Amino acid sequence: MHLNKVSLEARHISLSYGSTEVLRDVNLKIEPGEFFALLGPSGSGKSTLLRLIAGFNQHQRGELLVDGQDITGTPPHARNVGMVFQNYALWPHMTVWDNVAFGLVERRETKDAIRRKVSAVLELVGLAAYAQRRPGQLSGGQQQRVALARTVVIEPKLLLLDEPLSNLDKQLRVQMREELKNLQRKLGLTTIFVTHDQEEAMTTADRMAVLDKGILQQVGSAAGLYDFPVNRFVAGFVGTANLLEGEVTAVDGEMLTFRAPGVGDLTLPRPEVPPALGAMALAFRPHQVSIRVCDEQVDASRLWLSGRVESAEFLGEFSRYRVRVGEVAMVSDQPHYAGLAMFAPGAEVRLGIEPTQVRFLDR
Amino acid sequence: MQAAALRPGTAGPGPWIAFGLILAFLLLFLILPVGTVIYTAFVNEVGGLTLGHFANFFGQGVFRESFFNSLWVALATTFFASVIAVPLAYLTVRFEFRGALLIQTLGVLPLIMPPFVGAVALQLIFGRSGSVNLLLDDWLGFTIPIMDGLVGVTFVESIHYFPFILLNLVAAMRNIDGAMEESALNLGARGWRLFRRVIFPLAMPGYLAGAALVFVKVFDDLGTPLVMGVTNMLAPQAYLRITSVGVDDPLGYVISVIMIAFSILALWLAARVMKGKDYATLQKGGSALQKRRLTAWESALAYGWIVLILLVTLAPHIGILLMSFAKVWSFSVLPDAYTLEHYVTVFADANHMIGNTLLYCLLAAGLDVVIGTAIAYLILRTQLPARRWLDYLASAALAIPGLVLAIGYLRLFKGVQLPFTETPLVGTWVLIMLAYAVRRLPYALRSCMAALQQVHVSLEEAAQSLGATRLSTIRRVMVPLMAGGILAGFVTSFITAAVELSATLLLASTESQAPMSYGIYLYMQSISGRGPGAALGVLAVVVVGLGTYLSHRFVERSRATVQAKQEG
Repeated sequence: MHLNKVSLEARHISLSYGSTEVLRDVNLKIEPGEFFALLGPSGSGKSTLLRLIAGFNQHQRGELLVDGQDITGTPPHARNVGMVFQNYALWPHMTVWDNVAFGLVERRETKDAIRRKVSAVLELVGLAAYAQRRPGQLSGGQQQRVALARTVVIEPKLLLLDEPLSNLDKQLRVQMREELKNLQRKLGLTTIFVTHDQEEAMTTADRMAVLDKGILQQVGSAAGLYDFPVNRFVAGFVGTANLLEGEVTAVDGEMLTFRAPGVGDLTLPRPEVPPALGAMALAFRPHQVSIRVCDEQVDASRLWLSGRVESAEFLGEFSRYRVRVGEVAMVSDQPHYAGLAMFAPGAEVRLGIEPTQVRFLDR
Repeated sequence: MQAAALRPGTAGPGPWIAFGLILAFLLLFLILPVGTVIYTAFVNEVGGLTLGHFANFFGQGVFRESFFNSLWVALATTFFASVIAVPLAYLTVRFEFRGALLIQTLGVLPLIMPPFVGAVALQLIFGRSGSVNLLLDDWLGFTIPIMDGLVGVTFVESIHYFPFILLNLVAAMRNIDGAMEESALNLGARGWRLFRRVIFPLAMPGYLAGAALVFVKVFDDLGTPLVMGVTNMLAPQAYLRITSVGVDDPLGYVISVIMIAFSILALWLAARVMKGKDYATLQKGGSALQKRRLTAWESALAYGWIVLILLVTLAPHIGILLMSFAKVWSFSVLPDAYTLEHYVTVFADANHMIGNTLLYCLLAAGLDVVIGTAIAYLILRTQLPARRWLDYLASAALAIPGLVLAIGYLRLFKGVQLPFTETPLVGTWVLIMLAYAVRRLPYALRSCMAALQQVHVSLEEAAQSLGATRLSTIRRVMVPLMAGGILAGFVTSFITAAVELSATLLLASTESQAPMSYGIYLYMQSISGRGPGAALGVLAVVVVGLGTYLSHRFVERSRATVQAKQEG
């Protein structure tokens, strides 16, 4: 089974319920065959966007194009967009076989074709032996696979997954993540999935869009979003970030001055595209902040700040310190190895920030 | 993020048409007739508004007495029905013992026997010269006048209506999360205090729903007091006024308004007390109340209570059965001689009544589940404005006594002719069937709503995203998944319509269109008719039982077909 690859484009899509704006001017292009994630917290509008593509919500403004054709107003059953629901939505009154055959029966396919296709897809998801079971007799992972099989068997143009892994326990989630990726690659189906879990999005998707408060914040690859977040929300939502509020007071040749209230003036190398003067936040990842005892000799290329440890968490691969610098708190992650002593709360330390990894965020 | 979705199904004219049809039906056959009744109670001969009829009503001793008698009987019945039902409910939910099955049977048995039929049979068993009192007199030298007057009505009604409390209470208690009880135990409550402070309050909404229903049913009941010869109550008075003085007598309407007012008051009070107390606490993955085993002593007590109730509950059934075979049965513990001739009489004379009952009740119950499913769909799956009003209107029928609805029909449709014919509408069975349908609609609606609520919206959305149209989704996913609830609604409507008497008494204009309930009532009017009446009563019970079973089978099979079609 190899399916046609289609593109999906959202143009200026807005949707509101009464006075509540759920989606505001969303623009998005998803390439044929892409595995794409919609990432955002609860209430960000990511599920609404997915349901809108499936046809269960109607946007009030904008266009929704599948391979260049506007499908706004096409009822759900005529869209040929397959959706796997968060709770799988398997029909309890039908066997696995009947569940999977449902869409084919609706399409008035011949008995022969139905038999062939259902067997093939059940084989594909490894559930051929379970065809006559009822959904209630299957484990969570198996139900998930039935839901997938039921959806891909109709050879949809798009595959939509709503929080596909959230109902599984942690171990199974990692395994299903792999299976999902393999299946998607095998079918080559343009796939969009919704998640609030950044790790899930980063490990599974080719590209992702981050949503917050109904606004599309940023689109890009996992590394792209992680390394170059465009605003404070993305910096904080994709991975963990230190945000240091302040303002750029001067840009002087290769260097610039950043004034952070409660910390002081910091001198940093000027990025390639110099930031404008004015209010801004510095963002940098905890693992790019090293932590040293006060009197240790230090790497002069880093930006050093003195502080006091407030709390320490041991997480195995690394230890996470919360350090108070002047009036702000910063987080520093230190790789751990056996024999490395941890800093105790109250210890006076110096934090070294890698200046090339600092991002200037004006939003 | 899971914003209340714009549900599919809002688009297109289909929902609007359904909405319009249902609204028209309810207006024509519920709101307008009842409105007419209320209006009539408040206008004088020349059409001006007046309270004079009410003054007239309360000015007459017999009406004041009737009013207080009805109130007293309704309250007392609610009390005694609770005394019977609460321990039974507690036993089923709380303890692990075989009697639970008996209790489930207990919950249905009285319902399949019309209370006015039971009343006659109970006379023979508990009456002044019934079996029990004859035995008591022989052995102990005293008798219990439990079947006399208002006490008798209360007794009969309690036995008939306690299942309403039992069923509601059991359902509510089953929904209590075991953790509620465990945390109470953990904090030191046990035994009686645990029941009084935690379990009963949590089950309160279920209890109140049942108790209010019992109150309303008894307050509005016409057949039982009439059969027992107790006429100084409201419903019999209204009936007598309308049948003897005529359909224009204002006092019949005054009584109707009082009955409606009290029904609404009782239901409103129950709803008000329950407001904001949705105690269905059973969490996903939670477990119900822990069942524990009874000790020997407790077992003995429990079984004692159950057997006692079972005997009393079965008394009307046994009584009616004996009566139907009795050649002579008076002033003796058991009939003196047995015969089959009552059944011969019934089959010769009353065949059509059985057919009528089946026809009216199947149609009415069918209408109910179709309307019920449609209303449930409109309310839960579309965004039509004012769709909630369909629910309010349909449920309002709960507060309308059959007698009142019938009076409304007689008045509203007086002179209206059946379309395309010269037959007056008032003289046909169509009105009987419609009265049944309207009166039973609330039960069917509740069942259908509950059934649809249990179907997660995503189950329908999944069907649509796989290419099923709205109709196809309804047919292949929604209805099969709702089948259990729709069936339950159908059966409740069917059974309760089959034993409906109050509307029938007024609406059946000729003997040929009378259903069984009316036939039984007619037979029971004379001593010599009691045998055939009992035989017909037995047949009614059998028909109701059989109907229940058949509809169950039918739905099962249709369900199997839905699945078989997809095997292809």
